[in-house]
Amino acid sequence: MTWPDTTLARARDIIARYPEPRSAVMPLLYVAMRHDGRLTDEGMRQVAALTGMTAVQVESVASFYSMYKRHVGSHVVSVCTSISCHLLGGRDVLAAVSDATGVPAGETSADGSVTIESVECIGACGGAPAVQVDYELIEGVTPDKGAELCRWLMTAHPEVVHGDDLQTRFGGRRSFPAGPPDPVGAMGPYPAFGPLGTTGGEA
Amino acid sequence: MTDRILTVRMEAHPTDSHTMARYEATGGYAALRKALAMKPEDIVAEVKASNLRGRGGAGFPTGVKWGFLAPTRPRYLVINADESEPGTFKDRQLLERDPHQLLEGIIISSFAIDAHHAFVFVRGEYPRSARRLQQAVEEARAAGYLGRGILGTGFDLDVTVHLGAGAYICGEETAALNSLEGRRGEPRIKPPFPAVAGLYAKPTIVNNVETIANIPWIVMNGGAAYNAIGPEGSRGTRLLSLSGHVANPGNYEIVMGMSWRDLIFGIGGGIPNGKALKCWIPGGASAPWFTPDLLDTPVTLDDIAKNGSMAGSGAVVVMDETTNVVAAAWSIVRFFSHESCGQCTPCREGTTWLQRILERILAGQGRPSDVDLLLDVCDNISPGLRWPPAQTTICPLGPSAVSPITSIMKHFRDEVVAMIPGAVTAGV
Repeated sequence: MTWPDTTLARARDIIARYPEPRSAVMPLLYVAMRHDGRLTDEGMRQVAALTGMTAVQVESVASFYSMYKRHVGSHVVSVCTSISCHLLGGRDVLAAVSDATGVPAGETSADGSVTIESVECIGACGGAPAVQVDYELIEGVTPDKGAELCRWLMTAHPEVVHGDDLQTRFGGRRSFPAGPPDPVGAMGPYPAFGPLGTTGGEA
Repeated sequence: MTDRILTVRMEAHPTDSHTMARYEATGGYAALRKALAMKPEDIVAEVKASNLRGRGGAGFPTGVKWGFLAPTRPRYLVINADESEPGTFKDRQLLERDPHQLLEGIIISSFAIDAHHAFVFVRGEYPRSARRLQQAVEEARAAGYLGRGILGTGFDLDVTVHLGAGAYICGEETAALNSLEGRRGEPRIKPPFPAVAGLYAKPTIVNNVETIANIPWIVMNGGAAYNAIGPEGSRGTRLLSLSGHVANPGNYEIVMGMSWRDLIFGIGGGIPNGKALKCWIPGGASAPWFTPDLLDTPVTLDDIAKNGSMAGSGAVVVMDETTNVVAAAWSIVRFFSHESCGQCTPCREGTTWLQRILERILAGQGRPSDVDLLLDVCDNISPGLRWPPAQTTICPLGPSAVSPITSIMKHFRDEVVAMIPGAVTAGV
């Protein structure tokens, strides 16, 4: 099955942003994840056809980067355990999140709703410990709030997650004043960015 | 005397500092108009005169780097917004809160080096930064600051916001270029340097976000005015990310030259919960650690180097007296092990060994020989264990994993040994 015309048009628009088609492989892998909900062989074949690469070349690129995921739930919960978060209890947050979901780090819940992962520095050290849901940031997360966040994700099944909303409900101290709320949020386990067609609707 | 350049607008206008309307209302894009009336080589001369040094970690003089460009065309400008050094979150604030300041710097810099396509490599974990910057790009295009014939001149420029996908190594400039070319983010052997053969083998300048965000001010006020701010070797302001066991974590734009005591106990508000300071990392996870005997030394690039570490990416990570330094070193070593691209054996295997040895020490299963083994593995990654580090690898990632090990061995050897059953505490 190939991508619908609207997705193909978006892919061609992305390719046009670069001097060479191959440079579009990374954004197109996100488009493929948006289409399939995760990284698939078929998605990589589609990206290969669009960029003039072989499917194996695309897989070689995809496998280098941690955010292109073949096995992932509807939402990915990323708990930072790098040095600043480590010093301020990031591992306790990770343990609480795993306890609340019954999902060890690196795995996905049986119902497919969440993937839990321990990640390296996400640039939120002033608001440590920090967590991301579908790469939307929540800073100042306690173990209790992290557990509550995951229970909410697994029961509410939100179609779009808004970082500012999550921050208000489950977060604490931030690295710096955030400015006005961001109107868009994430739709799945890939970053929400307009040109990729991966942003969810208004809060 | 100017003491802040980059964070003025976002503090004065917290609700809309990221918008074109606010940027223009506060003097934005005036520097671009001025620059477009200058000769490109005169802009490069002003940047050289400013003594602006790169804010990504290496601290290389920006104007000098621009001067290395090979004469061929096309040329490219790549902005490194792959901010991933543990402890660092300054570029995220610049991207989210004042993207037009960076964008104006990009347009001026591109004009100065005769580039007509610029790329901003934003790490994949910063989607809000990418969204804000993309919005700024679209606003600037609509206003005639980007595209063909910018502001009625003959200068054309496109800016592409490129999202990474979770790889610290792409902060290394040649890895970023490979990634932008649609390849695995593996560093290239240098030379050739990017200024000679960079993106698509064309002359390319790779600069950090904070570096380029300073360019509009330098063009407006002149290189000499910038060079009058701060101590020699650390001119201008510097955005430091303060985190860890400190009462007031956050980003602080400072003029360098203050003491570490003033930074950690003054600006940072000291150590919370009545605890004492044990040590701190002065410049990101790659940097050797400092201990309280250096509290009254100055925070400048050259003084930090003289004292055996580096200002790096400006990330200051503070640890209090309760910190298990072996666990802290393990967190950093694990980071580098996870982020090693795998090309070079000393880094790929060495960082993994270091991580596993520290894990068995933390589990109470360390062996008496582990202290020597840790240092031996480090010596194979970075021969001589000296600073600045030698390397057996293509890029500095491997040697970065050595810093936490040599730091705990130098300052806290007894604590390490005490965790190993049967090891004898070093008596003299």
